[in-house]
Amino acid sequence: MILLNSVSKKFGNGTFALSDINIAVRRGEFVFLVGPTGSGKTTIFKLIIRDLLPSSGDVVVNSLELNKLPKGKVAAFRKKIGVIFQDLKLMFDRTVFENVYLPLDVAGIKSGEAIKTVNEVLSQVGLSEHKEKFPLQLSGGELQRVAVARALVLSPEIILADEPTGNLDPQTSLEIVKLLSQINEKGTTVIMATHNLDIVKNSGKRVIHINKGKIEKDEKAKEAEKEEKKDKKEEEKE
Amino acid sequence: MKFLKTTGRNLRRSPYQAMAAILIMTLTFLVISFFVFLIAGSSQIINYFESKPQVTAFFKDDATQNDINSLKSNLLATHKVSAIKFVSKEDALKIYKQQNKDDPLLLDLVTADVLPSSFEISAVQLEDLNSISDMLKKSQIVSDVIYQKDVVSTLTTWTNAVRQIGFGLILLLSLVSVFIMATIIGMKISQKKEDIEIMRLIGASAWYVRLPFIAEGFFYGVVGSVIGWLIATGVLLWATPFLESFLKGIPVLPASITGLLSLLGLEVLLATIFGVISSFIAVLRYLK
Repeated sequence: MILLNSVSKKFGNGTFALSDINIAVRRGEFVFLVGPTGSGKTTIFKLIIRDLLPSSGDVVVNSLELNKLPKGKVAAFRKKIGVIFQDLKLMFDRTVFENVYLPLDVAGIKSGEAIKTVNEVLSQVGLSEHKEKFPLQLSGGELQRVAVARALVLSPEIILADEPTGNLDPQTSLEIVKLLSQINEKGTTVIMATHNLDIVKNSGKRVIHINKGKIEKDEKAKEAEKEEKKDKKEEEKE
Repeated sequence: MKFLKTTGRNLRRSPYQAMAAILIMTLTFLVISFFVFLIAGSSQIINYFESKPQVTAFFKDDATQNDINSLKSNLLATHKVSAIKFVSKEDALKIYKQQNKDDPLLLDLVTADVLPSSFEISAVQLEDLNSISDMLKKSQIVSDVIYQKDVVSTLTTWTNAVRQIGFGLILLLSLVSVFIMATIIGMKISQKKEDIEIMRLIGASAWYVRLPFIAEGFFYGVVGSVIGWLIATGVLLWATPFLESFLKGIPVLPASITGLLSLLGLEVLLATIFGVISSFIAVLRYLK
């Protein structure tokens, strides 16, 4: 469960990146965050991984209030979230395999187990034959897949994908969305930021429109609320 | 131990910086080793001279055994004397014969009567040599007094100077090497800024990021100290035959293997401290 409750983010120069945002994303949900460049999508992601703290309001992820999360626990918290960064943030002096291996190394997973997991994930994203290549030897779509694989490799509860189809051709973009949908079907919560409305159209997923730091429209939000209430009741019964 | 792999990669990918860090540590430990050799050697030379009789008082021929015993008691009562050895005329002749065994002409001319009996005296402290000498000169039975004050005091002065210059130079070089290493590791951290940001965003702990850099500082320190020690020890071993002939009779060389290995152990320990301190300076400065 991800909850942004009356969240505002004001930067040092006085501009508001987000103004009084309220978003609730249920466990296992797939949500598109749609808006033009500079609308505040990346800021929302940075708040969710506690790379930023809100100027006001609360951010709650899996029952953890991030404002109150001690600095020493941030690293452990971030391991539960897979992020596909807008600029990919791949290490260019490491191979595809090494890039995907990194989160497992960071998490202290034993070498043998980690190698097996990396191979499985690379096979899942269709990059097995490129695993010894360096990022500079890959196409844009392949680079995105590496970023997806790295976000997936620790089997996170949540995946945040920040413009994962940016600069990709429509065919490759659809493949990336399909991949994320498959991951979501296995129970992972996925939030994908994009400014490409073509991808969102006919997806049947919840779409949150954001502009100038404010939510303009939250399609299917009501349905989501109903689902959430239903979930809560079920949890209470249990 | 996974961080060692990262450290290895960091070293391979910036060999010139690694070389600069190792060279400065090598220079520091080369100087430390040489000064340790100098200080240890000169201390041993002083000990040698201090262990030798420092004052020799020659008796007049008419000195009686009672007079000699009385003088001995007076000297011991001052508590400034650590040892007194009486050398009789016969003993003096034996020593003379030993020293001149290759020259029969000199041996023929000398008998025990010609040589004076004497006291060989060692002082507790070098500063007491003057008062012991004065006391002996005032005695009616003493004809002549000689002592090695000049040799020992000159050596002591030199050793103290070497020690002070050595400590000063070692301190200065240690500081220089720590700051140069901190700068080199700091540069590497700056170069890796993006990688470090990525690691943190995917959940790396502060220690996961820091450890390879600290291991790098440790590596530079240890490798530099071992090379510095090897060069200094090599030079010492190479120069041992020349030095032995120069220091004829003074048992300073060859240096003991245990002593050299102890020095290596201490230097590696010191290098580890330097390496870790400099990495910490860099890590705290650049990885806030």
